[in-house]
Amino acid sequence: MSTGPSRAADPPEPDAVVSTADLRKSYVVGDQEVHALRGVSVKIARGDFVSIMGPSGSGKSTFMNLVGCLDVPSAGQYWLDGTNVSELDVDALAEIRNQKIGFVFQSFNLLARTTALENVMLPLVYGPVPPRERKGRAEAVLDRVGLASRMDHTPAQLSGGQQQRVAIARALVNDPSILLADEPTGALDTRTGVEILVLFQELNRSGITVIMVTHDSDIARYANRIVRFRDGRVVTDEAVARPIDARARLAELPPPGEDEPVAQAEEASS
Amino acid sequence: MKLSDCVRASVSSLRANVLRSILTTLGIIIGVGAVIAMVSIGAGAQSRVEDSIQRLGANLIMVMPGSQQQGGVNLGAGSRPSLSESDAVAIETRLDTIAIAAPSVRGNGQIIAGNLNWYTGIQGVTPGFFLAREWQLLDGREMTDQDVRRATKTAWLGYSVYTQLFPDQDGIGQTIRISRTPFEVAGVLAPKGQSGFGQDQDDVVFVPISTAKKRVLGRRSSFRGDDVQQIYLKVVSAEYVDIAEVQVAELLRELHQLAPGQEDDFQIRNMASFLEARAESQAVMTFLLAAVASVSLVVGGIGIMNIMLVSVTERTREIGLRLAVGAKRRDIRFQFLIEALMLSMIGGLIGVVAGIASATAIAVFGSWDVLLQPGSILLAFGFSAATGVFFGYYPAYMASQLNPIEALRHE
Ligand SMILES: Nc1ncnc2c1ncn2[C@@H]1O[C@H](COP(=O)(O)OP(=O)(O)OP(=O)(O)O)[C@@H](O)[C@H]1O
Ligand SMILES: [Mg+2]
Repeated sequence: MSTGPSRAADPPEPDAVVSTADLRKSYVVGDQEVHALRGVSVKIARGDFVSIMGPSGSGKSTFMNLVGCLDVPSAGQYWLDGTNVSELDVDALAEIRNQKIGFVFQSFNLLARTTALENVMLPLVYGPVPPRERKGRAEAVLDRVGLASRMDHTPAQLSGGQQQRVAIARALVNDPSILLADEPTGALDTRTGVEILVLFQELNRSGITVIMVTHDSDIARYANRIVRFRDGRVVTDEAVARPIDARARLAELPPPGEDEPVAQAEEASS
Repeated sequence: MKLSDCVRASVSSLRANVLRSILTTLGIIIGVGAVIAMVSIGAGAQSRVEDSIQRLGANLIMVMPGSQQQGGVNLGAGSRPSLSESDAVAIETRLDTIAIAAPSVRGNGQIIAGNLNWYTGIQGVTPGFFLAREWQLLDGREMTDQDVRRATKTAWLGYSVYTQLFPDQDGIGQTIRISRTPFEVAGVLAPKGQSGFGQDQDDVVFVPISTAKKRVLGRRSSFRGDDVQQIYLKVVSAEYVDIAEVQVAELLRELHQLAPGQEDDFQIRNMASFLEARAESQAVMTFLLAAVASVSLVVGGIGIMNIMLVSVTERTREIGLRLAVGAKRRDIRFQFLIEALMLSMIGGLIGVVAGIASATAIAVFGSWDVLLQPGSILLAFGFSAATGVFFGYYPAYMASQLNPIEALRHE
């Protein structure tokens, strides 16, 4: 690890919550090497809201997985909150995932046959929060995502948008430094997607750093900054002059059930 | 991750597949149940044998005449029955290891009391017989040497005979007829129950040995005045039983003037050791059956391993998610291990209930002797739990080694 390029050893900027230096990831498939990331150096400031775009296969998910400590890079450095994550072992990475990172998936990934409340409590099981405080914390975040009345519903009894809110509540329950979302609106209709973006913007305003992958350039412009990937590299990285305000946009949309079908309750994942 | 979290997660996952969980534990249920039932039956048989030994009388040796045709050659010596009352006297007086030597003759006959009659065994004995066999008197008076010397026509009834002949009146002092000879009922003996061979030991009438020879058995048997069919020997204490056997054999060979190399014309049987040997072979048998039953536990364990592997595959995404939200590998391993353990312990518990139930059913409907052994129940249950841990470890380990991203993308 210490044999990387000299800038890799530079201390991260103090205000950067995510800081990568020449991050690389390659997979060996059969007898050939697939380079998913070919040297990505990005700094993301605390409290930023970043959209990540790029064609399919450009390495967006690979990057998110590295940032989310779900995977380890083949080369390069990654500092999260000032910690050099690339040097940590599996158990330490698990702890970071638990404490500092909230992950939201395109396919929600809720536990079937398990209530919203229990789904949200899941990360608490692996953290230091004592059992009797767990329920209260989970209820608080469910309230925050607007699901106070749906706590005892199982995923099968919730709409797609509601399921994604449960997933967001689960991501937030341990007060993470960053919220990572890989195509969070991909499985939702436009209106429900915007509702999720309302929530992201609110969370971002309250201080949480949000990084969101999307294919939709319209959705990308709800963020403050857009990073574009191509072929495992960052090709553009620009601020959004005037981010769209999700709440205002939601008001302009026709009310649910008029010209767009309500999101189908996604097949409960297990 | 706390144990309670693991247990809760396991319960909900087992409940999601109730039928599968039960089928999975079937092997364990059968294994544990069979082991408990087998051990209970074995212990029951063992305790019955111990009981029989107790009833027979402790430290008892029996001497009987040897077969006249031993070795295919008739011994020829005028078919001399080989045991006599004087043998008994010699044994009792000359051997310090023998406390009592009680000669006995036996036969069968019809007993008549009023308008009731009963066909039973008739045994001629001396007072020492009751001491040797530790047979208490329930009512009446004891047999005395006087009775033997004078050949009194007195009888002591076994409990079964007494209840047959005197179902609702006091029989003591009444007159009964044995082989047409009137006898006075002098006493009733306490019930002894079944012998180690399943015979009713109380279905017998005792009379003084002298009377038996003269009045009851004399006409039909080939007894000479002194001959007896059995001598009961009571050894002074348990540790001398083996020595006493040897001494008795030596003494009898001397008394019967057997040349060296000549076969014994008597047999010595240590009833307790005979029964013990039989009990031991029974114990070996039940142990083997229990061993076969415990194979079922191992098969049950493999069933658990199989279902846990299926479960890990089915729940790959769940595992991926748990890893993604911060589960450590040991948390995943622990969770699946607890799940396997719970499966096997539930199976073990049901098996314990099934085992106790079937042992009880065998005792009630099969009228077998069954003795539940708490130790074996605990052992079988513990073994089932150990099976769960042993066979659950590999699937749990597999689960813990999953890569979170690949697991999340699974399907
Ligand atoms: N586990 C893997 N083994 C081999 N190759 C992989 C693996 N994961 C990703 N790749 C490859 O890495 C490249 C980047 O994949 P990635 O999933 O990051 O793309 P993406 O930008 O998220 O695409 P999409 O928009 O379709 O989700 C692709 O070429 C992909 O085939
Ligand atoms: Mg992707």
